[in-house]
Amino acid sequence: MSDQAKGAVIIGASAGALEALTVILASLPPRYPFPIFVIVHLPPKKRSVLAEIFGRKCQLRSIEAEDKEPVEAGVIYFAPPDYHLLLEGRGQISLSNEEEVLFSRPSIDVAFESAADAWGDKLTAIVLTGANNDGAHGLAAVVRAGGKAIVQEPSGAYAQAMPQAAIRACPQAQIMTLSDISSFLQNKSQ
Amino acid sequence: MTETFEKVEDIEIRLLLEALYHRYHYDFRSYAMSSLRRRLRQAREQLGFATISAMQERVLHHPDMLADMLRYLTVQVSEMFRDPTYFAAMREKVIPHLRTYPSLKVWIAGCSSGEELYSFVILFREEGLEERTIFYATDINPNALAHAEAGIYDIERIKLFTENHRESGGKGSLSDYYSTGYRRCIFDKSLRRNVVFSDHSLVTDQVFGEMQLVSCRNVMIYFDRELQDRAVGLFRDALPRHGFLGLGSKETLRFSAHAENFREFVREEKIYQRIGS
Repeated sequence: MSDQAKGAVIIGASAGALEALTVILASLPPRYPFPIFVIVHLPPKKRSVLAEIFGRKCQLRSIEAEDKEPVEAGVIYFAPPDYHLLLEGRGQISLSNEEEVLFSRPSIDVAFESAADAWGDKLTAIVLTGANNDGAHGLAAVVRAGGKAIVQEPSGAYAQAMPQAAIRACPQAQIMTLSDISSFLQNKSQ
Repeated sequence: MTETFEKVEDIEIRLLLEALYHRYHYDFRSYAMSSLRRRLRQAREQLGFATISAMQERVLHHPDMLADMLRYLTVQVSEMFRDPTYFAAMREKVIPHLRTYPSLKVWIAGCSSGEELYSFVILFREEGLEERTIFYATDINPNALAHAEAGIYDIERIKLFTENHRESGGKGSLSDYYSTGYRRCIFDKSLRRNVVFSDHSLVTDQVFGEMQLVSCRNVMIYFDRELQDRAVGLFRDALPRHGFLGLGSKETLRFSAHAENFREFVREEKIYQRIGS
């Protein structure tokens, strides 16, 4: 934990996640200065191949987090199916088997809230496409802790419910298209 | 402003955990903070307290509130044959080794309401090893232990248990092992013939015997790294050379201080084997 990153990015996505995440993550430069946590709703009993897919698409290392995984800048961490992902301070990931939240495990709300506790105003949280309202509470918690909130523009999203719910719960959030989010994250690295 | 508020909450949590330890000897002080914080916020809201300090005041002076607190502080989410591939690997890869022992001891550490325990007893019965095995089922939560000992589960859950059992390579039908009544499934008491239920804490208690197999799944994910080292240290001491340790599917010994005492036996199922002395 000697080399703690100076900030973090966390992304929540559900229906339509693969396409949206590809736009955002594939263009990030190598040696990105922040860790990136990605929470995607997945069927609980299947092995996820997200980390492998994005390992091929991205210039960054991409892994599925295990319990107490150390956090490093420039790594993309995917939440495993059927576990909540929480940030254990800035240096570590914890997984949890607690009840589903809004029928979801991993829950975007749970991950965002713990990330807000850990990173405060050094956190950027992004809600993308999805057909439920997970992430809305979590995004509000990010803003309360001083972090930056971004929501994918609903009209351009594969499923609009999740970004719409996030905007309702968190009016301070900046609304951006996928390509704007992509440029925003690239510029953050400079 | 928000920053100050967050810090006050963390102080309150630490004080509450100290109170629980000194008053009731339940030690959650080295649990992973992220999930603890979340569950204590839930407890505060659902039990109707303005602050965590107010909740601390109540539990300190009213022992009858301890059970409520434990309900929030210990996570009890489990299913029978959870991750069927884990039990399939036990059946196909670990059981053949265990067969070579004349008698066996198996420790289900953090057994909660008993789902994992019954999965193992059924597996051992199907493989003809139950008769020579003593199962130790331990937990810190007395209500969870009582539930495990009763072996009664909601009938809605049985479909999932049955699917899992079949996918794990189960030989008979799960319905051979329970009877139904009043929307509940009651698991046969013969399954408990060789089971010892016991209050045991991975945080404060010691090893109580030599085991050939320890299964401790999704229990240590609620511990911080240092406490995980303590618990794995207990398993190391309980397991002779060639003994087996099974963890949850996303738990790993990669970051453990005791990693060199184990080798990966079935890597993808997080089944380890004790090496060295």
